[in-house]
Amino acid sequence: MPAVEGLFTIDGDEPRLIGGRVPGTESYFFPKHLGGADPRVGPVDLEEVLLSRRGRVWSYTTSHYPPPPPFVVTSEPYERITVAAVELEDEKMVVLGQCTAGVGPEDLEVGMEMELAVDTLYSDDDCDYLVWKWRPVAAGSKDA
Amino acid sequence: MDEIAVLGVGMHPWGKWGRNFTEYGVAAARDALADAGVDYTDVGFVSGAVTVRGGYPGYVAGSTFARALGFTGAQLASSYSACASGATALQVARGQILSGACDVALVVGADTTPKGFLAPNAGDRPDDIDWLRFHLVGATNPVYFGLHARRRMDLYEATTDDFAMVKVKNSRHGAHNPNARFTKEYGLDDVRNSPVVSDPLRLLDICATSDGGAAMVVSSMEWARSHGHRNPVRVAGISTVSPTYPDPVIDLPYLAADSAADPSAPLVGFKESIGARAYDEAGLGPDDVDVAEVYDLSSAMELDWYEQLGFCGAGEAERLLRDGDTAIGGRLPVNASGGLGAFGEAVPAQAIAQVCELTWQLRGAAGARQVDGASVGITVNQGLFGHGSSVIVRR
Repeated sequence: MPAVEGLFTIDGDEPRLIGGRVPGTESYFFPKHLGGADPRVGPVDLEEVLLSRRGRVWSYTTSHYPPPPPFVVTSEPYERITVAAVELEDEKMVVLGQCTAGVGPEDLEVGMEMELAVDTLYSDDDCDYLVWKWRPVAAGSKDA
Repeated sequence: MDEIAVLGVGMHPWGKWGRNFTEYGVAAARDALADAGVDYTDVGFVSGAVTVRGGYPGYVAGSTFARALGFTGAQLASSYSACASGATALQVARGQILSGACDVALVVGADTTPKGFLAPNAGDRPDDIDWLRFHLVGATNPVYFGLHARRRMDLYEATTDDFAMVKVKNSRHGAHNPNARFTKEYGLDDVRNSPVVSDPLRLLDICATSDGGAAMVVSSMEWARSHGHRNPVRVAGISTVSPTYPDPVIDLPYLAADSAADPSAPLVGFKESIGARAYDEAGLGPDDVDVAEVYDLSSAMELDWYEQLGFCGAGEAERLLRDGDTAIGGRLPVNASGGLGAFGEAVPAQAIAQVCELTWQLRGAAGARQVDGASVGITVNQGLFGHGSSVIVRR
């Protein structure tokens, strides 16, 4: 199940971020209910839209030290995580995400094409809690 | 904008003292009152910058400091805007003074911090964007600093040695500051050999979290002149602006930036807009600035501010640094205090501390870190969730 409800859809290995759009405009928000508002129209009811699955790396970094709670550290000893900021293809919106396992900063460069993947954030006895992550298109896509 | 006078400033040294924040704030306030030569009973308004780490007394910081100094019937306010809280508290005080509600105000901020990353409060809050960024992405504050540093490297061919040179420069400045926490002079190799925190940034590129306190006594120009302050440092501009939608640059604590897909929306950079408002109020521009205190949460972030404050064009900050322009003795010294690299963050105190430093600089009282002939200074700072903070002082 998703680690947090309402932020993304899961369809096999192809998650989509759930965004909001001011109806009839190109003003997008993510997360839909926490992404602010366009002051020219105010806090209108946003139309739910699934955002682009692909985009290009705006920047990237790592966390070499384990982030504090509410992050759940799953590796022992802790393995660094890599975080990418990716500008979505259509929405021109930069969205953060961890990179999929095995992708490090040496594998990334600004402008590189990335796609959304679904991965386990952490697990407990009952289930796996899922999240969106970024991975280079060249690394995993069927149609790359 | 009408000006107010800075009559006195004071600080409690930054460190990891582990004591109650009130103690640091009161010590700084006493120093500021003594520096001003103002009797505490003349203070009509106490403006506290809030700490979220001291329990309820931290949320009502204005009252907490006032009670510790002794309640006098003065009016109170407590302001929270994360790292910008000190500038907000100063702005509230300016409003009181310029509206005639008081003649003299005391502005105080102090904090006591735990070890390690600053993290959200406990509990599950999936509708809190600050909670989500830690939970879903592990996006600590240094993750955002790392993203911006890497972006500089890619866009402008900045190097990790450029970032390290900021630390080296500021540590040289901070070595002469009795209020700084870290007074060691670091070399390039110290930075290069420190562990990576958030690639490309290393431990010595990233500021620590500290205990500390800072305070200012401010008044109307008229009150200052009638009480023997003939040529005080003046606050000429204060900016506490929010971003302007759409802001396409990702920044903490958000998971996403605003969309830049709508071609009809004006793009105003938030960081640029912070200084612009202060310049506008002061009727001054970047060419007028002699000395600056900028918010160096990371060494790379200092370079961003050179451009965002208009000291140079985009991509030219590394040249300013390499040419020595921003070191003491250069054309426009930046972080003569040593900056956050030498102090560490003490959230509600740091925006006030920046103005304390500029006050000493403009009085020619900064000792071994004095910037010769400084008459205009600017601070810049930013609080989580869109709080700009910039103050221009002149003499």
